[in-house]
Amino acid sequence: MIKEKHLLGLEGYPAENIETIIDTAFGFREVLERPIKKVPSLQGKTIVNLFYEDSTRTRISFELAQKRLSADTINFSASSSSVKKGESFKDTVQNLEAMKIDAIVMRHPYPGAPLHLTKFVDAVVINAGDGTHEHPTQAILDIMSLKEHFGRIKGLKIGIVGDILHSRVALSNIHGLTSLGAEITLCGPATLIPKDIEKLGVNISYNIDEVMDWADAINVLRIQMERMGVGLFPSTREYRNLFGITHERLERHDKKLVIMHPGPMNRGVEIDSNVADSSQAIILDQVLNGVASRMAILYLLLGGKQEAV
Amino acid sequence: MKINKLNKNVFLKDGTIYDPFTKKNIRGNVLITNGKINGIGDIKAPSGTEIIDCTNLVITHGFCDIHAHFREPGREDKETLQTGAKAALAGGFTRVCVMPNTNPPLDDPESIRFIVEKATETPIYIHPIGAITKDQQGKEITEMGAMKAEGAIAFSDDGVPLQNAYVMRLALEYAGMIYVPIINHAEDVPLRNDGVMNESEVSTRLGLSGNPDIAESTMIQRDLQIAQSVNSILHIPHVSTQKSVEQIKKFKLAYSIVTSEVTPHHLYFNDEALTTYDTNLKVAPPIRTEDDRQALINALKDGTIDCIATDHAPHTIEEKEAPFDLAPFGMIGLESCFGAVNKILVKNNGMKIEELIDLLTIKPRKIMGFEQDLFADGTLAEITIIDPIEKWTFKKEDIYSRSINSPFIEQELYGKVKCTIVKGLIAKI
Repeated sequence: MIKEKHLLGLEGYPAENIETIIDTAFGFREVLERPIKKVPSLQGKTIVNLFYEDSTRTRISFELAQKRLSADTINFSASSSSVKKGESFKDTVQNLEAMKIDAIVMRHPYPGAPLHLTKFVDAVVINAGDGTHEHPTQAILDIMSLKEHFGRIKGLKIGIVGDILHSRVALSNIHGLTSLGAEITLCGPATLIPKDIEKLGVNISYNIDEVMDWADAINVLRIQMERMGVGLFPSTREYRNLFGITHERLERHDKKLVIMHPGPMNRGVEIDSNVADSSQAIILDQVLNGVASRMAILYLLLGGKQEAV
Repeated sequence: MKINKLNKNVFLKDGTIYDPFTKKNIRGNVLITNGKINGIGDIKAPSGTEIIDCTNLVITHGFCDIHAHFREPGREDKETLQTGAKAALAGGFTRVCVMPNTNPPLDDPESIRFIVEKATETPIYIHPIGAITKDQQGKEITEMGAMKAEGAIAFSDDGVPLQNAYVMRLALEYAGMIYVPIINHAEDVPLRNDGVMNESEVSTRLGLSGNPDIAESTMIQRDLQIAQSVNSILHIPHVSTQKSVEQIKKFKLAYSIVTSEVTPHHLYFNDEALTTYDTNLKVAPPIRTEDDRQALINALKDGTIDCIATDHAPHTIEEKEAPFDLAPFGMIGLESCFGAVNKILVKNNGMKIEELIDLLTIKPRKIMGFEQDLFADGTLAEITIIDPIEKWTFKKEDIYSRSINSPFIEQELYGKVKCTIVKGLIAKI
């Protein structure tokens, strides 16, 4: 049903694959609402969560998805492993492969690392975020959440706001949403919009109020303080004034704009606390859909059939 | 490749002989006796002569590369003068200028002497380029006078851009006094920032940080203005952008002692090739856009850029197996050079083979001040024999460098070096 062995990114990834994953994920979403939230679909499969970069929600979400599918799960974090002793990436992954594993879910600080990984192993590789490149499973759960809310993706107007330059979430969302027919406007400081990104088929705006007028939903990105070298924007106060999704801004708009955030949030910087907690925000739905869509991805890539759900 | 001593008499028979010095193009034979030219043209082979059939081949001057990294001293695991010289022979190069970013750098007369002495043991002519500043720190200029006396033919901090404009001015003034070129790796370091590839739609898609074309062109603009104001010789290495070409073109009209080079890889690849994250394509300056590539080809055709230089930069497999962000900058280039540039310039862009040969022989020699008529009687033979139309696939086995970091592996090339003659030796490739 899905021919592509790995899920490395959504650039060039077939739209029908995304649709299949999301359809399957809605099935698993139903499983997650049951009193017994476990199915035997991936019994006997071994999955390694290979995290070269710290992560809380993505790692837990994947681990939970694996456990719900009855797969055997091994967690690996670079900070407490042989990587610390200087073992090379190639050696680490070839050792894992030698232990007969079926899939590797990898988070890595450097772009292209999952593609690199596929050269060294036969296992299925799922990208859980590679530097400033892609985060395909996050985009799929975002798309699923939009579909859940609006019932469609085609023709939806989505604003993606914030630090586009350092955001793998933005890039995967752009590829996934445009391939399914949504319209996208990026909004953020000019210094945080990467070169020629409009060539990917998106609009760019520096006026958040215009974008909020235009959009059906706004995906608010985290301002990544840890990625900042020199001051790419002058201050968080200035950022909040120009681009913050504030309560006042939201009040000025009549329509019920849907608010999303991939987390973790900087409350009071890119998003006001009461906006994040409002009924317009679907941030916690995104989290639950994250588990369901990751279940679907693991299930489909590790040889499951959709009917078996 | 087989390397042997030349027999007393060697007769290169029935070739097309192109002399880049006199621009004469004749059919005929070349006789080499005791390693020296002993007649060219319609001549007969003396009895007992080794005959090399050159039918359908071009006999010309040995190629000259004015930009290579042979890593000795310090990183002999990547390359040595000996292994680099073998790579050069395989690529048809009889003369190579080596960059000083070794460990320690070639920043004093003693280290220049070390290279010159060690080079005598290698099968090609090797000329060291001295560092512009002590320890390549960009602060104090080196003892250029004494280094030139030991054999340094130019000065460069290649790999490390000379960021301080005042030091650049001093270096140009001082080197101008002793009449040697300054070669500045032209990249504005703050503007380059942490860029690992060209800044474009492609870098955006790959999530890799971009190095904008203006990081190069603004630095070149600065260097050109300083060179002109102090009336010194500037050579611009590895030009990679259209904007740089425009600057150089404009400047050359008013100020003639500016020269520049382009690498085979900037002529061959564009940034779309990086979508595989192939670390062998990670170079400094980066592989640019298709528009830039076309501008570089045109700049060679109209003379804005003077010559081709490989920027042969060996790195270990382990280093290049790292993620793209962490891999070092550079690729090897000597062995694949001719087949690559002949394909792009002659086959695909209509340049005459003679013009291409000039870009690999007389023109780089002129920049470094050692042009001469290598076909004059009595000259020590420095000859390269090429098949200008042979199609071949570049393989790992074609590499003689100690490192194999080449994106040309498995590329189909056009034109092949068959034989290199230098220092009384003959290499048959």
